[in-house]
Parts: sequence; C-alpha cells; structure tokens
Amino acid sequence: MEGAKDASSREGHHCGGCHSEENGKFLNPTPMLNELESGPWPSFVSGFKELAERTKKPMLRGVLDQLEYSYNTKMGYWKGGLVTVDGYGAGIITRYSMIKDKFPEAAEFHTMRIQPAPGLHYNTAMMRELCDIWEKYGSGIITLHGQTGDIMLQGIEQDKVQQCFDELNQSGWDLGGAGAGMRTAVSCIGQGRCENACYDNLKLHLKTLKHFVGVLHRPEWNYKLKFKFSGCPNDCTNAIMRSDLAVIGTWRDAIQVDRDEVNAWVEKKGMDVLVNQVINLCPTKAISLKDGEMHIETRDCVRCMHCLNAMPKALSPGKERGISLLMGGKNTLKVGVNMGSLIIPFMKMEDDEDIEAFIEQIEEIIDWWEDAGLDHERIGETIERVGLKQFLDGVGIEADINMVTRPRDNPYFKAPY
Amino acid sequence: MSIDVNGVKYDVDENGYLVNLEDWNEDVAVKLAEGEEIEMAEAHWDLVKFLRNYYEEYQIAPAVKVLTKAIASEKGMDKKEASEFLYGLFPKGPALQACKIAGLPKPTGCV
Repeated sequence: MEGAKDASSREGHHCGGCHSEENGKFLNPTPMLNELESGPWPSFVSGFKELAERTKKPMLRGVLDQLEYSYNTKMGYWKGGLVTVDGYGAGIITRYSMIKDKFPEAAEFHTMRIQPAPGLHYNTAMMRELCDIWEKYGSGIITLHGQTGDIMLQGIEQDKVQQCFDELNQSGWDLGGAGAGMRTAVSCIGQGRCENACYDNLKLHLKTLKHFVGVLHRPEWNYKLKFKFSGCPNDCTNAIMRSDLAVIGTWRDAIQVDRDEVNAWVEKKGMDVLVNQVINLCPTKAISLKDGEMHIETRDCVRCMHCLNAMPKALSPGKERGISLLMGGKNTLKVGVNMGSLIIPFMKMEDDEDIEAFIEQIEEIIDWWEDAGLDHERIGETIERVGLKQFLDGVGIEADINMVTRPRDNPYFKAPY
Repeated sequence: MSIDVNGVKYDVDENGYLVNLEDWNEDVAVKLAEGEEIEMAEAHWDLVKFLRNYYEEYQIAPAVKVLTKAIASEKGMDKKEASEFLYGLFPKGPALQACKIAGLPKPTGCV
C-alpha cells in the first residue's frame, strides 16, 4: 500500500502538466474524470490524458469529453455495428457514438482484437512495431490483455481499419476471435518458464489455433467457444472457470518426492511448518507422517497443488504426465456461472500424434454441439440441458468414475503460504 | 439518406441498409452491391435470393451456420469449403454484405 501511495503522489506531480486543459489547452475540462485520478491507484484517466497531450489526437479528446458527459448523465453512449476486414467475419469490435453530433471527435472508436503469442511470449521488437503501427492508424491506446486474452487496440476509425490490419498482418500479427465462433485461446507461461507444466501447452495452443483459424475469423457456430491451456492444476489461466474447453496439465502416477530436498526444507522451516502448513492443509488428507517422514497416499491425492506449491524443490508432478479436459466453464448467461466438468480425465500429450488425437476429439465434440445446441447456447449449457449421458453418447466418450462433479474438493482453497 | 436507382430514390439507413424491405428489386441490389465493390454474378444472386426467401419465411436473417450448411449441402462441399466459398463471394462477410445487398435489415449482435 505504501508503494501505491508513493506512486500516486508521483502521478499527482506528473499530472501537473495534464491539468493544462483548464488553461484552454488541447484537452477540455473534465472535472468528473479528474476525480478518478485522486485515488491511491494508477488511473486510466491520467494515461489517457498523457497520451492525448503527447499525440494531440482529437479522437482521444472526444472520447474523454463523451465519457465526462456519460458520468454526468449516468448513461453509456456507445453502440455496436459491423466492421470487418477482407475475408474476415470477426475481430473488430465496433463502437459508434450515439451522440456524435454533440461529440463529433468521438464518432467512431472501434477496437481491433489482436491475438497474442501463446504464453504471451513477445520480443520487444515486435511490441515496438505493433505500437508504431497502431499509433499511425489508431488512437495509440492498447490494453494488454483484455478479458478475451487478446491485445486490445482501442480506438480506430472504420476508414483506416483495412490499412491498419494489412500493415499489422505484414508484421506477423493477426486478428483475434469474436462472435459465435472459436475465440482467441489463452495459455499460461508453460514449460518455457515453469517447472510445474505437465505438457507443452504452448505447442498445443499453437497447433489448435492453426487448426481452428478458419472458424476463428469466420464465426458460424451456435455461440462462442473458448480454449484455455493451463500447464498444471494451479490453472494460472483460470481455465476451469473461464473457458468452455479447459485443457489442464495433470499426472496420473505419484507425486515425485526428493527426499534430500524434503529434509533440507524441514531443516530450514521446521517440522511445525511441515505439519501445520502442508500436511494439515491437504484438502483430502492424503499426506501423513510415517516414521517421521512425509508420506503421500496417491490414491487420496486430488492434485490440488498445495503441497507442490509449498515445497517447490522437494515435490514435483509425477512422471506420467498429460492433460485433462474440462468442459462448460462460463459466466452468467441462460443459466448461472458454471465451472467446467471433467470430461476427459487423462490423455497423453507428448507427440504430434497425441495432438492430432486431441484435435480430432474436439472436432467430434464441436460437431455434436453444432447439431444439439441451440442458438446462443454455450456448450456447457447444452450439456446441462440434454444431460451429461446424452453428451457422452453423442461424442463417443465412455462414462468414467473420474468424471466427478467437483474435480477439486474446494476451488476457493487458498493457503497462507 | 437515400440511393438513386434509375431516377427513383430509395431510403437507406446511415450504414447503407435499405429502410423498406419492399423497395428491393434487382436493380437496387446491383446498386447496393456497387457500394460494396461487388460485381453480382450468378452465385451472388443465388445467395441473395436464398437470404430473401429465408427472411420471408422466418422473418429473420439466417444464422451464418444455417447459410454455410445450406451451401455445403447444395454444392457438395464440406463446411470449411462452404465458409471459404461464402467469404470469396462476400469478402467482408455474409452478414455485412450479403444481407445489405438482399435488402434485409442490418443484422444485430457482435458478428
């Protein structure tokens, strides 16, 4: 909190220049918005103003003016429409001002969704190029990353969309998903930088992305469908709650225990900590002390990751690794918020053949959903409506005792380590 | 706003969609297609007529998946080919361009 306050006072100083609008400078007065700068946190208003002052783009001024007006009238004034680039049916989110007579500078403020690299691994050269192109054609405002997983380039006029896209595309970027089709997938940092990753999620992400790229750009399903690839059950992408198809790394043998590292850990932290913060916090009581040594009963383990997170060097995921597929995670729509249900408990994910088998299975699932699903119905809702058994029959998956309702004992379990 | 076809004025909305459905005829369609830089060939006409018939029956423009399925079964293509065929005819998307040329109201939603 101290740090945040420091930052805010710096921000305050820095923004002395931004308040120049009161002196009849580039920006118009926005007293309501200025209030948002007074808190202890960084404010989007400060960033917006700074960018506007630097680039002198009338669009930014117009948007600030309209937002100020919105705050006064307690109404939003953006409406949607249709803007695409050649050959694409999705990827641009349109924002037209409903009150463009009042704020002509804010008449259009469309968003371009740009797909990030799997695991968000960029190099600075690509980022710089992206920024330069964006500032040339659009407002310069970028959200890294939006809730969809995309890079959101916010604020461009319809006339400039095609040219901007062409140039971005030349530099290796592509539009993200929107509408009733495959959406931009998200993956955690994966094996690139994390020892817990149980499969190469970045590779699977890329292969899946390439396979479904057509329906990502040209949506034609019942509704949206989202992939998220988490390397391990820590689920850093929040796949289980935020994706229709949650691919989460797992293992099916025992947790690997490095005895020497366990002893070193106990020596450093003490037996009390082992008992109180690891053994007692195991949600399924799978860990016990045997002859003074830590013992994990694999049969009882639900792969909650707590002990692995608490003792990173001593414990690591088992040797027989792969993925589990959970389906149906989504936010409120026809029925309330859902977490994913376990559909495929374990699948190997080591070579290209495994990836092909996975994609084939997903195709089968999508085919079923296209026929069985209603318009505007997420796949989890379809499964809930027709019943899990009907779904399993439809896609040819055998019912399995592992398809429990709650794959983790308690998803809100957070330990104070 | 309005467009001029053979000396007759037709009302269109701010995005260029025909305001009155019954104003539509083939000359109007050609004029609307010009605005989208599309030269109407037989395949275009087939699709536009499919859209109009569908609209007449159901009072709503078909979902893209209905459209691709219809094309796929008629031309003996798989769905991927049908989708590419569709976007080959109407590069900015069937919802945006085909509906406009067919004189249907602007589709809603985030397509």
